[in-house]
Amino acid sequence: MIDLHGYGPSIFQGAILTIEVAVLSLILALMLGLAGATAKLSKNPFARTIATIYTTVIRGVPDLVLMLLIFFGGQMMMNEFSDWLYDEFEIDMFFNIDEFIAGVVTIGFIFGAYMAETFRGAFQSVNAGQIEAGYAYGMNRRQVFFRISFPQMMRHALPGLGNNWLVMLKTTALVSIIGLADMVRLASEAAKAVHEPFTFLIPVAFVYLALTAVSEWILGRLQVKYSAGVAKG
Amino acid sequence: MDAFLNLFADNTIFNPTTLMHYWSGFVMTVQLVFLALVIGLFIALPLGILRTSSNPFVRLPIWAFVYFFRGTPLLIQLYLIYYGTAQIKGIQDTIFWNILSEAFYPCLIAFVLNTAAYTTEIIRGAIEATPKGEIEAAKAYGMSAAKRMQRIILPSALRRGLPAYANEVIFMLHASSIASVVTIVDLTGAARDIYARYYAPFEAFLFVAAIYLCLTFALIFMFRSIENKVMAHTKPLS
Repeated sequence: MIDLHGYGPSIFQGAILTIEVAVLSLILALMLGLAGATAKLSKNPFARTIATIYTTVIRGVPDLVLMLLIFFGGQMMMNEFSDWLYDEFEIDMFFNIDEFIAGVVTIGFIFGAYMAETFRGAFQSVNAGQIEAGYAYGMNRRQVFFRISFPQMMRHALPGLGNNWLVMLKTTALVSIIGLADMVRLASEAAKAVHEPFTFLIPVAFVYLALTAVSEWILGRLQVKYSAGVAKG
Repeated sequence: MDAFLNLFADNTIFNPTTLMHYWSGFVMTVQLVFLALVIGLFIALPLGILRTSSNPFVRLPIWAFVYFFRGTPLLIQLYLIYYGTAQIKGIQDTIFWNILSEAFYPCLIAFVLNTAAYTTEIIRGAIEATPKGEIEAAKAYGMSAAKRMQRIILPSALRRGLPAYANEVIFMLHASSIASVVTIVDLTGAARDIYARYYAPFEAFLFVAAIYLCLTFALIFMFRSIENKVMAHTKPLS
């Protein structure tokens, strides 16, 4: 067994934190992605433009730059907002942007843009005749969305979603740069303290590989579930 | 011109010193990414071809290399190479230390290995997507395996892999921002310095984000024109 010099439990805590950041970002990214895809496919030119700017700009800028911007700039903006609230309404409120919030918001925001592209493509590949058939059966827009568009869209979106998730899982390592004690930061600090980088970094690398393997298994199961009723060759 | 100068007249952040700092960061980023991509491509091409080999002793080590570098964060790989190589016993007395003691080379090695792994996978996918008929036709003409690879499989596979490779190049440009973590002053590193100096996060980071955006668009444009050129035969006539 590898001797982790007593850092084992804290690095395990860091692994939990990594998963937390990844899952919370995923939820945010899925919501932003659905909203972005809906906006891109809508008839409203204003919504389309906003969504196009969002997906283009975010995908053109490195994750780390955005994360530093939100972490350092976000607090400044929130402080000004608190000042403004106090000046205008005498409301004394303080918003704290810590590393966790900055990390989750940034990663969610970035991958929302990627998800939006994935969802947009998937919505477009749902057969229009089926949606028309839904309306012909007298379903309303909500019913058509939840009964026809969404389940079929998920089948087309899953491979892309899975890829985004795997990339996102690795992107969470960046939160260690803004000071969040995830497993990468804890491992690199332990490595510097004990002067044994391989002892700490290689197990962390294998945790990422394990998380990837588990994700791939789950994605495979989901793919089977959402492909129900599809004729296989 | 006067309006342009006025824009810079009442700001303290974008003065010649900081702009030069950004410029040197820009040069560093372009250098790192370009070298990493070129060396990575040279490594990936043979690996991608060998990855499709039927001999498991050739195929499996490459599979393991690709799986490791695609499955772990680049940051971990960078730390492993940057901190890891320094701890190898006796390395500080060898000639390698001249190279590894600077931050630039460990960082370049990490980027090269990372992009090589991703590119290997792209090349493998493109080679495996070669239509069976083309290979059969080449065999019927009596071409050897090497000739088939050279004349039939590679030319069409490299074309097919181009869109995915364009994505990889852009990914590498964005990933290179983590070089700033190991004391390299690339574009992001320059922005961090200027942020720390003036405590102006928006100016420092939005400016650098705009530069990255321009670089990304330039790359997209470049790859699109290459694609139009080499894929011209697949386009409809009119």
